[in-house]
Amino acid sequence: MHPAPSLIIFTTLSGLGFGLLFWLGLGYPDVSGWVAATFLGLGFVLAGIGLGAAALHLGNPQRAWRAFSQWRSSWLSREAVMSVAALSVMALYGAIWVFAGERLPILGAIGAALCAATVFATAMIYAQLKTVPRWNSWTTPALFLTIAAAGGAALASLVFLAAFLMLLGGILQGVAWVTGDNRAEKPHSTIESATGLGAIGKVRAFAAPHTGENYLLREMVHQIGRKHIKRLRVISMLLGYTLPAIVMATDPGHTEAAVALASHVVGVLAGRWLFFAQAEHVMGLYYGKGQSDQ
Amino acid sequence: MTTLPPCGTKKLGLVIDLDTCVGCHACVVSCKGWNTENYGAPLSDADPYGANPLGTFLNRVHSYEVQPESAPTQLIHFPKSCLHCDDAPCVTVCPTGASYKRVEDGIVLVNEDACIGCGLCAWACPYGAREMDAAAGVMKKCTLCVDRIYNENLPEIDRVPACVRTCPSGARHFGDLGDPTSAVSQLVADRGGFDLMPELGTKPVNKYLPPRLKDTLAKAPPKAMPTVNVDAGGFLGWLDRALDSLPGKGE
Repeated sequence: MHPAPSLIIFTTLSGLGFGLLFWLGLGYPDVSGWVAATFLGLGFVLAGIGLGAAALHLGNPQRAWRAFSQWRSSWLSREAVMSVAALSVMALYGAIWVFAGERLPILGAIGAALCAATVFATAMIYAQLKTVPRWNSWTTPALFLTIAAAGGAALASLVFLAAFLMLLGGILQGVAWVTGDNRAEKPHSTIESATGLGAIGKVRAFAAPHTGENYLLREMVHQIGRKHIKRLRVISMLLGYTLPAIVMATDPGHTEAAVALASHVVGVLAGRWLFFAQAEHVMGLYYGKGQSDQ
Repeated sequence: MTTLPPCGTKKLGLVIDLDTCVGCHACVVSCKGWNTENYGAPLSDADPYGANPLGTFLNRVHSYEVQPESAPTQLIHFPKSCLHCDDAPCVTVCPTGASYKRVEDGIVLVNEDACIGCGLCAWACPYGAREMDAAAGVMKKCTLCVDRIYNENLPEIDRVPACVRTCPSGARHFGDLGDPTSAVSQLVADRGGFDLMPELGTKPVNKYLPPRLKDTLAKAPPKAMPTVNVDAGGFLGWLDRALDSLPGKGE
């Protein structure tokens, strides 16, 4: 799949923002006044930048309001509804916290649940797609939720919790890569099932319908950068999970924690790039793209 | 609503005969023409006469080489457009309700005024049947020529999808696949019509007819003709030698 920068930035930053708001809603960290306002502001800015980047990805962003209507069937619509609900509840919770100096635990818990639901809905947009075997797995929402919780915990100064969640995230990322590779190697769909010609013999794409490119190939048959997969996986694992987990476990000062968090974000961005760039769409079979040709 | 409607009894669709298709791409051209001049945003092209032409199409013809165990290779032309699936994954993922499946005839359509161009329906479709128009920023797909098939301003013979009307080899058939007595349903039953990627559970309405079994030769093919003697005599022989003696031999 085409690794659109807007989608990579959106999923990473909004995950971080909603992760921070999640812990703020649960009552962490124990601060008030301007410090609380700064934490809340950071959470809203991160989530907001992410949502803005996602809106720019649209062909007709002026009609984005229509995306709130189909929550009964569409995970993308659910994500839109959940994100607005989460930000609204957290805005109310934050206003009472900052201006009245009171943290309402039930309102905060509702806000935290909505933040988690938003990240879950984002992940399910990808995980629901049977057409992309690498995404179509429980590991996608598990990883998205863990990464958001880990980054949010690091931002909320919950260093030991962050260390644990980053360790868990690293394990889940490893599981996602290994199981994803297995699904890509033994695909349910083949060029024979795609064309229905397997009963006659071995099928090979002889001529594409067109000499140039098209939307389908640009969007769903991304082939660039596959040779760096192993290196990027190592970078993502070390910077995204191992290094920040170790630093966070040592109860670091602000500077060290900031460096660890930056490392985590860079590692997650690399992992998110791989998430898109490595994912093969079954539609590619019609163009003779094998599911495991990396 | 992007939840799928209860399955209607009428299921309009195409039956494509892979035995008869000659791969001329006339259906591609007629589809592009009709759907650029009529319903919805035109199918745009970028750099159409330049080095890297790119455009939106609702119907494309692939060609596949199939190698049987012990028979000559077959070349099969394979037109592909929206299959108007009963369980259309492109419809349920739509966040705005722009993508929908009609109860009355099963056609899957996009309301372009409500499409935000997120592209998720194209991701959800296993067949590559949906293409985002780069100029309009909305999703385009086969409408089964909904503006032809019910159009009483057209002569009755033209009230079929443009691709079916134009196919010179009669490889494309249009009809109600929900009615087991219809001509298309009987064709599917007789010829063993099949679904594309049935394992994904999309339940396509469009069916494909497999290439018919090829003849096998009862005896070994005749030997190639012996090479005739090319050493001509007489006037032609002289001409041959005279031409050989001129400069520029072999060009």
